[in-house]
Amino acid sequence: MSIFIDRNTKLVVQGITGRDGSFHAKQMLEYGTCVVAGVTPGKGGQTFENKVPVFDTVADAVAATGANTSVIYVPPPFAADAMMEAADSGISLIVCITEGVPVLDMTRVYPYVQDRKARLIGPNCPGLITPGMSKVGIIPGRICTPGNVGVVSRSGTLTYEVVYQLTRAGIGQSTCVGIGGDPINGTSFIDCLEAFEADPDTKAVAMMGEIGGTDEQQAAEFVRAHMSKPVVGFIAGQTAPPGRRMGHAGAIISGSAGTAAEKVEAFKSAGMGVAQRPVDFVPLLKERL
Amino acid sequence: MNIHEYQAKDIFRRYGIPVPPGDVATTPDEAERIARAYGTGVVVKAQVHTGGRGKAGGVKLAKTPADARAAAQQIIGMQIKGLTVPKVLVTPAADIASEAYAGVIVDRGSKRAVFMVSPAGGIEIDEVAATMPDKIMQLAVDPRYGLLPFEATRLGFFLYKNGKLARDASKILRQLWQAFTGSGGSLAEINPLAVTTGGDLLALDAKMVIDDNELDRRPDIAALRDETAENPSELAARRANLTFIKLDGNVGCVVNGAGLAMATMDLVKYYGGEPANFLDIGGSSNPEKVINALRIITRDPNVKAILFNIFGGITRTDDVANGIVAATRDAPLNVPMVIRLTGTNEEIAVQILQEHGFSAMTDMDEAVQKAVRLATGGKAA
Ligand SMILES: Nc1ncnc2c1ncn2[C@@H]1O[C@H](COP(=O)(O)OP(=O)(O)O)[C@@H](O)[C@H]1O
Ligand SMILES: [Mg+2]
Repeated sequence: MSIFIDRNTKLVVQGITGRDGSFHAKQMLEYGTCVVAGVTPGKGGQTFENKVPVFDTVADAVAATGANTSVIYVPPPFAADAMMEAADSGISLIVCITEGVPVLDMTRVYPYVQDRKARLIGPNCPGLITPGMSKVGIIPGRICTPGNVGVVSRSGTLTYEVVYQLTRAGIGQSTCVGIGGDPINGTSFIDCLEAFEADPDTKAVAMMGEIGGTDEQQAAEFVRAHMSKPVVGFIAGQTAPPGRRMGHAGAIISGSAGTAAEKVEAFKSAGMGVAQRPVDFVPLLKERL
Repeated sequence: MNIHEYQAKDIFRRYGIPVPPGDVATTPDEAERIARAYGTGVVVKAQVHTGGRGKAGGVKLAKTPADARAAAQQIIGMQIKGLTVPKVLVTPAADIASEAYAGVIVDRGSKRAVFMVSPAGGIEIDEVAATMPDKIMQLAVDPRYGLLPFEATRLGFFLYKNGKLARDASKILRQLWQAFTGSGGSLAEINPLAVTTGGDLLALDAKMVIDDNELDRRPDIAALRDETAENPSELAARRANLTFIKLDGNVGCVVNGAGLAMATMDLVKYYGGEPANFLDIGGSSNPEKVINALRIITRDPNVKAILFNIFGGITRTDDVANGIVAATRDAPLNVPMVIRLTGTNEEIAVQILQEHGFSAMTDMDEAVQKAVRLATGGKAA
């Protein structure tokens, strides 16, 4: 099947009348995602693209349409509230695309969402796509093709690069997930690996990490202890200087911790394949499929 | 965003944390004048965005105003960890009985703000953690309740056995929590938190790092940015809404997206070159951004070749192509350029580039190899 999204995904778009929200809502509709509602406070009663009803609150949208998944395109000052609103309205999967959410806001959002048993992906992420079925977020649909490699990554365009190379080489994807580049995010590499391990249609996993933090090291330990499926990993930021934030708020080497070398070492000792270049994913996955 | 010690002390003072007075000097004359006005021994301290100034000779005790002048003379303009010191803080010297550490940071692992305190202060906390970890107490704050009084008390008594000092410390920790959350910090540190010979607590050093994502909603904190402490090209990039980090290599990189930008730099290195910079033009493909990006990169005399790596998703590659054409129309490049683009509106982009005498590649590895070859004059790759 896929992980996190499938044919039963009923999507509400928070911020559907904004510039980014409306553009990507259209793209998701074209891709075939079941977009059932939009939310913009004060614009309830309108209809988006002559088919999607707009509501003032997520609670209204859920009551009227049975939406179970939300995607958030609201500006950073309102993103924390939007995530909490979705969780409180009974949404079970919340995908926050917004970049620039203050990290102290995330320390409050994370436990709030957990208490309500919802899964949060992001913020500062490209979302996810199950090729040929459903897309939630901004990953370009035409670079993907259905298949059985699960893809998980902390970045957007790097994911596109790898997925594009896989597709060109005839390697399809079960689901591609961008977990986001912020220091505190809702879904970790381990959460995705666990889901891929349980997904019968995923046969191998491609994982793209980067410098900063220890998420990749913990993921490697999870692979060693719990995964039967092969995992190939890549770490961006070999040439990054310590102490500097490399674009993503979370991509920073603090002191001597969180370096690419340390993460690659963790991958190797967990028995994972290590792609030195994005293009190396193709042969490494082919060998393992 | 980093702020200076004197700015962090101003914030701490507003929240009631006991901080010694101090004034900033940019010349030895000023330093002397400030020292004379205090009429006591002073400490002259480099104001620069790094720690470990003491060890590097950036903190000097001065008994007389003439000494303060001499100290400022030495410190202003000196280099500490690659940064030039633009100014000094002149502050009365305290008589120190002991030094402790108190700090709060956002911890990625627990996804919470975490307090750390240690009776072993005056040295960097990483060093304490490595050599005597049992001398550190950590406490993750539940964001629903903030730092509770009993938690602050627990931390206070870990620092001091003496009841008065422990209670004073616990008050300072609660004030530190207010200063941290009230300023949008990702780190706030007092090191050292000193006990004076008179038995009082005093924050002799203050460090704060502000979360860049907080600056829009905190104009008063955003105003603390010291542009003189920033690299000029990085400053120009920030003003143009680009994320740019200068490095020492000779292949200038223009990429969309942080992850792909890092991967591109790594690939330059893989093929035997050295990246001159990290540069992310972001998702929206405004031609203006490309123009600014090229302007900033070509200002670096080390750059011997420029590499564009654009994966068009939201970014429209034709916008990037238009930006390249516009940027080179007025100011032709004096270094070779390799353009790789693929994705949204690729055909239009290639046509625009060809009409203006540029060629485009579609494969990332081939483009990187070519750029490295051009930058090194054919020696590598
Ligand atoms: N006002 C002061 N009076 C007396 N000693 C001081 C004063 N400020 C700093 N010091 C001493 O200098 C040391 C280093 O200064 P500090 O401000 O902590 O800089 P850094 O952490 O960058 O080395 C402190 O641990 C303390 O012993
Ligand atoms: Mg210090």
